[in-house]
Amino acid sequence: MSDSRQVNLKTGLAEMLKGGVIMDVMNVEQAKIAEAAGAVAVMALERIPSLIRSQGGVARMSDPKMISDIMQVVSIPVMAKCRIGHFAEAQILQQLGVDFIDESEVLTPADEANHINKFDFKVPFVCGCTNLGEALRRIGEGAALIRTKGEAGTGNVVEAVRHMRQLMTEIRRLKTLDSTELFAEAKRLQAPLEIVQLTAKLGRLPVPNFAAGGVATPADAALMMQLGAETVFIGSGVFQDATAKEAEARARAVVKATAQFNNPAILLEASTGLPKAMTGVEAVAPENRLAGRGW
Amino acid sequence: MVIGILALQGCVEPHAEHLRSLGISVRYVRLPSDLDGIDGLILPGGESTTMLKLARVFGVWEKLLPLSKQIPFWGICAGSILMATQVENPEQESLGVIDLTVRRNAYGRQLESFQGNVDTDTGPEAAVFIRAPKFTKFGSTVKVAGRVNGEAVFLEEGRHMVTAFHPEMTDSNWCHQRFLAKISANTPGL
Repeated sequence: MSDSRQVNLKTGLAEMLKGGVIMDVMNVEQAKIAEAAGAVAVMALERIPSLIRSQGGVARMSDPKMISDIMQVVSIPVMAKCRIGHFAEAQILQQLGVDFIDESEVLTPADEANHINKFDFKVPFVCGCTNLGEALRRIGEGAALIRTKGEAGTGNVVEAVRHMRQLMTEIRRLKTLDSTELFAEAKRLQAPLEIVQLTAKLGRLPVPNFAAGGVATPADAALMMQLGAETVFIGSGVFQDATAKEAEARARAVVKATAQFNNPAILLEASTGLPKAMTGVEAVAPENRLAGRGW
Repeated sequence: MVIGILALQGCVEPHAEHLRSLGISVRYVRLPSDLDGIDGLILPGGESTTMLKLARVFGVWEKLLPLSKQIPFWGICAGSILMATQVENPEQESLGVIDLTVRRNAYGRQLESFQGNVDTDTGPEAAVFIRAPKFTKFGSTVKVAGRVNGEAVFLEEGRHMVTAFHPEMTDSNWCHQRFLAKISANTPGL
């Protein structure tokens, strides 16, 4: 009973974030810009993924002071990232009182075998996935929200599309299986049987399903929403290669496009006359892909 | 009967599922023209700051107060913040559909989200509170329809109602039925 209640409250907050844009911010000024532009939440981190990519080094949880400063100035939910498997960082973030923790492949993994047991926490977690099996394993560990991994910091939406297509295709396929076939499918997916059965019954993930990793323009956001995402994370796409004023214009446009993702007239308006989008990275060698982190 | 759900952002689909299970037609409201011909409007949970901005950008906002003179509105959490007369923590613009002061995130952050039983005037009902607001002050024409720990969390004024909690996230459709009764009373013969 207490477990299901917790899950309800955890997925409940994710439900409230649907149809919105969650923006990466590195300081108080950026957090204010994001909120003013209509973000439903901000992700507080010291380096946006494009900087982590260009600067290299070990990427860790941000300084709690920096996260706390942002929590003070915005009224919307504040998320923060911990390393995959680094439950001590997660304990610190929960103690700080963040609204959501992203156990993120964007940071350097702390454990190459185990993700965090998210049932140990009261704060909800979001985790990345590249396919259905990975999504269901994370839900099995207690994730309240799933996002595609995409390829963070590239400004190239291709990997997010690949992962969302993969996820949605596998869910559609799962729906066509009969109850006997679900046992073997759970084995193939390497995911808990009960969660495979629940997903087949619902015809969707049992938790909300968002998109992340390479979204850079209003059109990218609309694309991901039309492919089945229920909300969009935009990491480097707002603040990379932009003045504050340009970032604000980008942020507003992405919020508009996400809310009306099925309305081409509004997408046209949101896409017109914007400051140039981040330059981005066209191709990342497989061994350098962040999406390969986690299992 | 057609019920509109403001669908610019937030927890929209669970309301539609409850209403459809009751045989009611649903329309998602994203543009001003979507408001034409609806018999009631649900302002769902979500982020009130985001909904407020989007409602303004797409020209829905200025249509809402005049419409509230004709049909029932039900605001849930963020929706109740949009319907209030005054908003605290921080101050923000609101419609003034109901004589109410709302304090945003009044219980605290997500870690303070909770589930509890609401004592309604028709009996106890399960309710989910997520970064919920508090109804800190309301006029004499506002009726308290439900409390948790003595605090008013469900209010009605005339044809309108607001809940600080999320009835759409529980299996029971008691609150949706209550809203339907308000619509029937507002539009006899519907």
